[in-house]
Formats: sequence, structure tokens, C-alpha cells
Amino acid sequence: MALRSKTFHESYHEDIKILGTMWSKAWMGLFVLAMLILPYASDTYIVYLVNLSCIATVAALGLNLLTGFTGQISLGHAAFLAIGSYTAALLGDGLDMPFWITLPAGGVVAALAGVLVGIPCLRLKGLYLAMATMSFGVMVEYILVTWKGLTGGERGMYMPEVDIFGYILDTDEKVYYFLVAITAIMVIAAKNIVRTRVGRAFIAVRDRDIAAEVMGVNLTLYKVMAFALGAFYAGVAGGMYAYVMGHIHPEHFTLLSSVEYLAMIIVGGLGSILGSIFGAVFIVVIPEFIKLFAQAVERVVPAMAGKYDEEWNIAVFGLLIMLFLIFEPGGFNAIWQRLKTGFKNWPFTY
Amino acid sequence: MAQLEIKDLTLTFGGITALSEVGFEVSDGEIHALIGPNGAGKTSLFNVISGIYRPSRGSAVFLGHLLNQMKPHRIAALGVSRTFQNIELFQHMSVIDNLLLGRHLHMKSGLLSGALFYGRALNEETRQRRRVEEIIDFLEIEKVRNQPVGALPYGVQKRVELGRALANDPKLLLLDEPVAGMNVEETEDIARFVLDIKEELGVTILMVEHDMGVVMDIADRVTVLDFGLMIADGTPAEVQNNPRVIEAYLGEGELE
Ligand SMILES: Nc1ncnc2c1ncn2[C@@H]1O[C@H](COP(=O)(O)OP(=O)(O)OP(=O)(O)O)[C@@H](O)[C@H]1O
Ligand SMILES: [Mg+2]
Repeated sequence: MALRSKTFHESYHEDIKILGTMWSKAWMGLFVLAMLILPYASDTYIVYLVNLSCIATVAALGLNLLTGFTGQISLGHAAFLAIGSYTAALLGDGLDMPFWITLPAGGVVAALAGVLVGIPCLRLKGLYLAMATMSFGVMVEYILVTWKGLTGGERGMYMPEVDIFGYILDTDEKVYYFLVAITAIMVIAAKNIVRTRVGRAFIAVRDRDIAAEVMGVNLTLYKVMAFALGAFYAGVAGGMYAYVMGHIHPEHFTLLSSVEYLAMIIVGGLGSILGSIFGAVFIVVIPEFIKLFAQAVERVVPAMAGKYDEEWNIAVFGLLIMLFLIFEPGGFNAIWQRLKTGFKNWPFTY
Repeated sequence: MAQLEIKDLTLTFGGITALSEVGFEVSDGEIHALIGPNGAGKTSLFNVISGIYRPSRGSAVFLGHLLNQMKPHRIAALGVSRTFQNIELFQHMSVIDNLLLGRHLHMKSGLLSGALFYGRALNEETRQRRRVEEIIDFLEIEKVRNQPVGALPYGVQKRVELGRALANDPKLLLLDEPVAGMNVEETEDIARFVLDIKEELGVTILMVEHDMGVVMDIADRVTVLDFGLMIADGTPAEVQNNPRVIEAYLGEGELE
């Protein structure tokens, strides 16, 4: 003890810091700087893609907290986005509420729906839970289409631009900073949750539910909490989506988009915050690469001209999920961790 | 004083009677061994005490609380902790995190304070970490503290699981075959830890164990089960010379 120059509080705090080393601080600084100047250094389309990636990141974080960390599979994630999105639009367009009410309200209403879904699903696992959450998703989709008085049915709903105390975010570049800031907050909050008491309980429930219970974790409470938290993230993402698109529609929240969120966390890495970001960005940008690829093919094989359509993306998602499940179940996060360790040990690796 | 009272406990699975009118008491501050041939119902009894199985008749009472209908996490909150016959650690967590999860009931931070991190949650993390480090030192697993437990050798995992159970600061510790599959040296280490847990921490221990050497060495009292029936209950010396016990073990040739 005499050799320790610090009190245990300080040394344990050091131990649990995320950005412990000089290097990680420096890299983080560079990354933040790059994010700040991006709108000036690239075109609007790239900025738009980053905006979509932010929304996808927040949504994927929610699903990863529920499925990746707590082990409760959900095929109804898009329904929670829909609930958040429509709540935000109802308040933002219908009642002229500002973003600092619409976004949290979207999250909270979605979280309440999460509790309502979570409670009857407590006893379900695996395939049965997948079916139950999928049914919930389909039901919400049906309500969006049929309850025209509330949701506008097939015509959907409109959302005004973000208004920050009179300053209107009317370009993709302006919305960009807004979305990046919210996403950063949501990422940091998620990271903090998973490294403290609640997050450990989530992981314990996933790894060994009986042992978790015997160690004092209230299984019912934590499963429902995971549903609520996952849905809250989805709800906020839904609100962000409404602001970016300006118009929401039942077609944006289908079973297929639920599958896309699942793809994000599998490709990015189940049970990883960083992986949620990797996966979200990847799934958002991959259609662009498919398009580029299709154009290249057209140039070489004229017979392929005009053959590309959106359905290709779905096939590629399916293929990607399969490939990752087989060859890299840890997703991009696992690849990243390996690279990092390799880099840290370089040149002493063999 | 009796800390745990088992009375007329009967547990059935369909046609199988795993426990039949079992009754005995575990006294405060003792090491109480529970022995018996394979399939005798020892683990089943542990599962009843920790709230995983519901008995069809009889009762398990801990410090005046009827455990029969209680949920496992409530029983844990009363001060009952346990290890499992087949290690049930959280494979993807580090040793430290497994032990910190063991302190779940001593921690308070929720979603909001956790999300904010700085302030209450950080304070709690560092404070609880100190207790966890004490247990890590006690069990001599400092070297592996940051490793994910899934990658650790069997013997070390057994120790970590003991540590996780201790992290809850239990009054009663249930150990299901703590030295199974261990070599002589590892067995001696664990036996020493169990004695220290009793003597230094004052924890009552109910221990299932097939290793008769360990049982005779450290147990204050022994209860013997055979096919769900309690066939003996007494000091190690009494039980060792009990003809029914010798008979039950004859087929197995385990009692030396
Ligand atoms: N969940 C269960 N479902 C059905 N039967 C069970 C269950 N749990 C235990 N049993 C049965 O109850 C009996 C007692 O099993 P138990 O695991 O308690 O024995 P044990 O004394 O711990 O044996 P061992 O020394 O092999 O660990 C066995 O016949 C077992 O098959
Ligand atoms: Mg057993």
C-alpha cells in the first residue's frame, strides 16, 4: 500500500476510464475535429449519409442494448421507431412543440410501449420471442395505415424543420451538427450504462439468467427495463428521422427495417457499443456501394444496364448477415479489437 | 442457533421423487456438509433453498423467512449466496465484473445515474471495487482479475465463482461440489478458503461434496441423502460409522 501514490478512488477511476491513454485521447480528438469540419470538406450527399447514419446509430444502440447486451431478441424494433416518430410528428407539427419536447417525448412514449411489449414477453425466449415481437411490429404497421385520423394513413405525416429558439435548421449541414450532438450524447449514455450496475445486470441476464437471479438480479425488472431502454433509443431515433425526412410514412417502419437494424448489430457486433456504430454506418452506406458497383458492371456488361433495383440491397443484407454469422460472429467490433491489439503490440508481434 | 431449517421437504418431478420428507437444521457459523451418492437430491435441495425449484411439501426457513414461494433474487437479498456444480459464471465478463455483479444488491445506481456516470455511479463503482479487490486478494486471483472468465482454466473459474458468491456478503453460503475435478493442491487451497470464510468472515456454509477427505477434515456436521431420503445427520465421526451410510456408499466404494 505504501508504494501506491494514489488513493484507491483515483486508481480505480483510472482503471475504468474509456480514454485512458494519451493515444486514445489524441485519436478521439482527431475524430471529433474531423466530424466538425466534415460539412465544409465534403458534399451535401455525404453529409446526408452521415445524418442517416446518426439516426441508424441511435436505433442500433437501442436494439443492441436489448438484444446484444440483454439477450432478448426483437424483430419489432422498427415499430418503436414508428411510435417515436409519429409521437414527435404529432407534437411537432400538430402542436408546434420544440425538439427538446418532441424527441424525449417520442422516446418516452416508445419506452412505455416497450414496457407493454416486455411484460407479456417475459417468459418467451429465442424463436418465440422473435415471433411475438415481430407480431407487435406488424400490428403497429397495421395501425399506422388504418388509424387515419391519428396517423394520416398511407399519406403519412409531416414534420417541420428543427427550430432552435428561432434558428431554423433548414439545410442538411445545419441538421448535421444537431444530429451528431444528439448521437454523441446517446452513445456516451449507452456506454456508461453498460459499464455500470444496470449494464452488468443486463449482460448477466444474457449470459446466465439463473445465476443472475441467484446473485440478486430481479429478472422481471431488468428484462422489462431492457425493453423500455431499447424502445426509448428507438423512439428518439424515430423523432430524429422525422426531422430529417420532413415526412414520415408507414412504409418506413416495416418488418424489413426491423431486419435491417438486426443486421446492423450482427454485422457491427452484438453486445458492443462501438459495434452498433460500425454496423449502422455500414448498413447505411452499403447500398451506395452496391449502386456504384452496379454502375461499374453496366459499363462493362451493357446487357446489365438498368437492371439495378432496391431489391438487390435486401439480398446483399441477407448475404452479409450469413457471412458474418459464419465467419465473424463478433462483427466489425471483433475485427477492430484485433487490429487495435495488433497495433498496440506492433512491432513485437509474431 | 439454527440459521436454516429444512422441514419435511418433498420435491417431485413428474414421477421422480428427488427429495422425500427431508428435515435437518444448519447451525449458525458452522460448516455443514451434505453428502450422498449421485442422484441423491443434493443439488435439488440447493435449488429449493435458492428459490429455483418449488417444493411440493414441507418448508425451508432461513432466519425466520419462509423461502418456498420466494423469488431467487429476494432470497439473495436475505443473505443466501451460492455456487453451482457446473460453473455458472458470466462468461463474457471479466473477473472483476463477475464479482461486481455479485455486489448487485449492495449497489444502487440505476439507468439515469449510470448514464450520467460522473457523480453517484462513479463513486459507487470505485467504492464497491475496493470490496471486490479485497475478495480477489483473499482468493489469490489477482493475476487474472481483468480477464474474461470464459478463457480461464477450470480450477480458477471455480475460485472466481466462489468469489462472486462471497461478493454478496452472504450470511449463508451454499457450495455445490467446490473441489470437484481439482487436484490435491487445488483442493487444499479451496478447503483452506472455506475454513477462512467460516472463521474470518463468520459465514455459515452448507456444502455438497463427494471428497470425503475434505468433508471429514473441515465439516462440523454432516447430513447424508440417498435417493431423496435423509439417512443420517450428525458429526463427521457419527456419520462415518453409521451402518446405513456405509451401505449406501458400498456400491460406490467412495467412503474411505
Ligand atoms: N429439473 C429436473 N427435472 C427432472 N428431474 C430432475 C431435475 N433436477 C433433478 N432431477 C432429478 O432429481 C434427482 C436428484 O438429482 P440431483 O441433481 O439433485 O442429485 P445430486 O445429489 O446433486 O447428484 P450428483 O451428485 O450427481 O450431483 C435425479 O434423479 C435427477 O434426475
Ligand atoms: Mg449435484
